[in-house]
Amino acid sequence: MFILRNIVLLTLTAVPTSLLAQEAPIPAIAEACASCHQLDRSEGNTAHAAPPLFYAGNKYRQEWLEQWLQAPYRLRPAGGFFADHVITEDGIDSVDEASLQDHMAVDSSKAADIADWLMSLTPMDDLLAASSDYQPGSVSPRMGAMDFVKFKGCGGCHRDTPEYGGLSGPELYTAWQRLQPQFIVSFIKDPRAWNPDSAMPSRGLNDGQIHKLADYLKILTNED
Amino acid sequence: MNREANIFLNCLLGLALILTLGMSAALEAADAEQGRLLYRENCAQCHGLEGSGKGINAPHLEVAPRNHTDYEEMNARTNEELFKAISEGGQAVNKSVLMPNWGHTLSEEDINNLIAFLRKLCCEQ
Repeated sequence: MFILRNIVLLTLTAVPTSLLAQEAPIPAIAEACASCHQLDRSEGNTAHAAPPLFYAGNKYRQEWLEQWLQAPYRLRPAGGFFADHVITEDGIDSVDEASLQDHMAVDSSKAADIADWLMSLTPMDDLLAASSDYQPGSVSPRMGAMDFVKFKGCGGCHRDTPEYGGLSGPELYTAWQRLQPQFIVSFIKDPRAWNPDSAMPSRGLNDGQIHKLADYLKILTNED
Repeated sequence: MNREANIFLNCLLGLALILTLGMSAALEAADAEQGRLLYRENCAQCHGLEGSGKGINAPHLEVAPRNHTDYEEMNARTNEELFKAISEGGQAVNKSVLMPNWGHTLSEEDINNLIAFLRKLCCEQ
C-alpha cells in the first residue's frame, strides 16, 4: 500500500501543472463559453470564432473580466477572425457588420463566478514568467504614437483610439485595463507561442522595443 | 584581371547560380493551395481577400498595400525580391514599414508557398 501510494504521488508530481489544469472540468456556469471559445488547450482553435480562453488567468485582469461580462462591448471590430466577417465588392473588402454577434451579458453574481473560474486557468505560467522583468514605465504620447503607427506599423491592424487604426486586430485603447502587463509583453514577443492561430506576426523585437510599446498602451488608459 | 580575381569572380557567379537554382527548386516544390490558405489567414487583412490591395485595414494605412493582382507590378518583381519582402518586411526592400517582417513567424516553406500562390494570383489569368 505504501509503495502504491508513493507511485501515485510520484506520478502526480511528474505531471506538469499545465496538464492538470487542462483536465479540470468546465463548470456548468461556463459551459456556454465553449460554443465560441477554446477552453481546453488540446482542442485547437480552428474555428477562430472568439479568442481562446484556456489561458485566461495568464492574460486578463480579473476586475476587467467581471465588469466586461456584465456589459460587454466589441473588442474586435471585425470579429474573432476577420475573414469570416468580410464582404468583397469590386475587389474592395469591408466588414460585414450584420455578421457580427454581440457577446452575451450576465448578472454580477455570474460574472464574478465566471471571472473567478477563468482566472484559475493558468497553464502558461512559465511563458508569462519569462516577461517578469518588465516594469511599466512612461513614454511621451507623441513618441509612443509615432512608434506604434509609423515605426512598428501596429496601427495597420489595431486601433489606439476609437477613431484611428486598422480593423482586423483587437482594439488596444483599452488593452491596459483588460490585460496583465506581462502578458502584453509576452504576446508582442511571440503571439503564436500563446495562440498558434493568431494573425499577428512576431517581429523579432528586442525587450526594450517591446517594453516601449507596452508603455504606450499603458498611457492610453490615463492610468498612473 | 589577375588569376585570383578571376577565381573569386567565378566562385561568386557559381554561388549566385546555386542560390538561384535552389530558390527555383524550392518554388517548384511549393504548394500554391497551402499558400492560398496562408494568404487568407495572414495577408488578406491588408491586401484583401482577392489580393487587390483593398483589405479591411487598407483605408487606415498611410501607404496603400500592394495590389497582388497587378500583372505589370508583380511581374517586375523576382521571386527573390518577394521572398525578402515577406521574410524581412517592406523596409528591407525600400517599401513601407507597414508591411511586417514575417520571417520570425512563417517558415521558408510557408513563404515559398505564398510566393507560388502570388504567382498564380497575379500572372496566371
